[in-house]
Amino acid sequence: MKTFPMGGVHPSENKLSSAKPIEVLPLPEVVNIPLAQHIGAPAVAKVAKGDKVLTGQLIAEAGSFMSANIHAPISGTVTAVDMVANGQGLRQMMITIKREGDEWAEGIDRSETLVKECSLSAQEIIAKIKEAGIVGMGGATFPTHVKLSIPAGKKAECVIINGVECEPYLTSDHRTMLEHGEELVVGVTILMKAVGVDKAYIGIENNKPDAIAHLSKIAAQYKGIEVVPLKVRYPQGGEKQLIAAVTGRQVPPPPALPIDVGAVVCNASTTFAVYQAVQKGMPLIQRVVTITGKNLKEPKNLLTRMGTPVSALIAAAGGLPENAGKVINGGPMMGRAMVNLDSPVTKGCSGITVMSEQDARRREASQCIKCAKCVSACPMGLEPYFLSKMTQKKNWDELEARMITSCIECGCCQSTCPAYLPLLDWVRLGKQTVMGRIRARAAAAPKK
Amino acid sequence: MEVLLYTILTLCVLGVLAAVILYFVAQKFRVEEDPRIDEVEKMLPGANCGGCGFAGCRGMADALVKRDDISELFCPVGGGDCMKAIAAYLGKAAAEKQPEVATVRCGGTCEKRPRTNEYNGAKSCAVAASLYAGETGCAFGCLGLGDCVAACAFDAIHMNPETGLPEVDPDKCTACGACVKACPKMVIELRKKWPKNRAVYVSCVSKDKGAVVMKACKAGCIGCGKCEKVCAFGAITVENNLAYIDPQKCKLCRKCVNECPTGAIKLVGMDPLPKEPKAPAAPKAAPAAEKVAPAAPKAAPAAEKAVEKAAEKAAPAAEKAAPKTAPAATKEPSHES
Repeated sequence: MKTFPMGGVHPSENKLSSAKPIEVLPLPEVVNIPLAQHIGAPAVAKVAKGDKVLTGQLIAEAGSFMSANIHAPISGTVTAVDMVANGQGLRQMMITIKREGDEWAEGIDRSETLVKECSLSAQEIIAKIKEAGIVGMGGATFPTHVKLSIPAGKKAECVIINGVECEPYLTSDHRTMLEHGEELVVGVTILMKAVGVDKAYIGIENNKPDAIAHLSKIAAQYKGIEVVPLKVRYPQGGEKQLIAAVTGRQVPPPPALPIDVGAVVCNASTTFAVYQAVQKGMPLIQRVVTITGKNLKEPKNLLTRMGTPVSALIAAAGGLPENAGKVINGGPMMGRAMVNLDSPVTKGCSGITVMSEQDARRREASQCIKCAKCVSACPMGLEPYFLSKMTQKKNWDELEARMITSCIECGCCQSTCPAYLPLLDWVRLGKQTVMGRIRARAAAAPKK
Repeated sequence: MEVLLYTILTLCVLGVLAAVILYFVAQKFRVEEDPRIDEVEKMLPGANCGGCGFAGCRGMADALVKRDDISELFCPVGGGDCMKAIAAYLGKAAAEKQPEVATVRCGGTCEKRPRTNEYNGAKSCAVAASLYAGETGCAFGCLGLGDCVAACAFDAIHMNPETGLPEVDPDKCTACGACVKACPKMVIELRKKWPKNRAVYVSCVSKDKGAVVMKACKAGCIGCGKCEKVCAFGAITVENNLAYIDPQKCKLCRKCVNECPTGAIKLVGMDPLPKEPKAPAAPKAAPAAEKVAPAAPKAAPAAEKAVEKAAEKAAPAAEKAAPKTAPAATKEPSHES
């Protein structure tokens, strides 16, 4: 069975909610919608305090090409456009809407009927995706229309759908593939048309045999779509790892992109959102969020409107357990611990993981014994122990030479370290600093 | 015996030959260096702290000798006297700088700024700042993990375990600025050093709105602007909900200290001004020993009372929120097996 060639770990899967059908979370009374919930420039607010908005109405417009539109997830009145604390306790610009009923904007088809035919041209498809504000829903939140706009001189050869969901605990993509398989595959054909290719692969790890069987059956009705079962290994859902696993091609180090090896990768939930945007005119205002944790009464998959406070999801899953030690936005490997449970669900939030005090606590770090376990675990072929040390020494030039910018922050190094060193903490800081230096240098360099 | 003799002789000849070669090579490739550089290096303190912007004292000495205009160069450790002596030696005009001292502008002690979560990641302010707002509700204040302490080459800054904040020893501080650079929250500032280490400064860097500050910390600047109004020298400006006292304009008149409703303006090395006649027996700061005077706690103009009440109201709310937000904030892979 296929997998990526280098590094990786296999953490306990803990897919507690994989058998739970998607439920619809009751509409929240108040939502906070951050203007920056994607990579790139923040969106620019188009509404002001006191404005009435309808569900699905555009409330913030993409700030540049590398940005995304944002739509109202509920209907009601805008009560504020102000700085609100996010999950990390940092204040960021958000639009607050108080709900009044649930009135939808015109032109959105909310019926369940499957629309297979798509007569739009590639340009029109990309324009629709841009209009709907779709971004990568696996967590990286890269604007999808940017990904689909193939730069001049490069050529896409295949579309790869990321149904890997290698992150422990999370099951939102799994449930989407099972319950919206038909729509998802139509979404694949739309993506293939948008980038002008006739081959698509759907990569799914073989711990989801039901999804593999279901999608294989549907894909058989279409030409050029192939489901590729993959060996379970984290971080297979990383874009570069998935390309290597499916096609055997290695994406060169930055600034090279997946398109340089002819691949366009799109997450499964994103593909479903693409279907909804193009065929039904539905902007990205809701998503499936897994709420999970070993001590949680009822782990669930909830169809949640964007901007819903995380606390509402936890309440729907039976409330915060007594021994909760940490609430993570995302899964345990890549997720971000939260300090503010009133912070909103955003486009990139695929799950909320509640961990017990005991599971969450890090163990006391000791000395590095240069065992190089982190080096063998690194899927990017880096030397995490060295990068971590050099960050502590602030040796930025050395870090840049050692390709710290290739780090995908998957956390394999830290999870295998027998000395419990906070490797990723340091590497991430080093990566941020080095990238800042590269940007500063580019800005200072004379323009050609 | 003969073997021994020849060996010694050969070695001697070889040695002399090598010495001669080395002598000529050294003459040929000699690096001409201004002997004054050595002299100037000796005059510099030799701390190699990097406070001047050069990698070490030798780099600074080199620049001092080679540049015609040395008014931009300054050794914070040696100070004005050292620079004057060097300038006199080199026959150039020295930069004149008033003495400065590192000042920690955060009053969020453990008591005044309760913890809302627990940080469990790498013990570094830079790492914590890259992850989230911090262990308290204030996203601007000191993180308390001691990057400034680690950066100090003069043993002049230490964490106070009781307050959780760093404290500067003004007698040891050389104003090299290493801690200022190390602090990711930009809490530390180099401010004018007054005689007897006196100082008046706003001990807060929070740009949050007043209500948000009050909720997170009882010692924060709420940007009310009272200090700005009372200052006779135009030294105080309030911008982005935060007051700043310009050390160049401030005359240490201390009027603002009594005005501040939250005690965010710190007074060091001096007694506070006498309060309103109503409260003549206001608690006086122990003179020089206790450096930070308790700022205006009791003698209360009406507004101050109102603020205190607001703080009381805010407190239970914060407590309620505490268990909710208890989870430690780090982004980390779990170690569960």
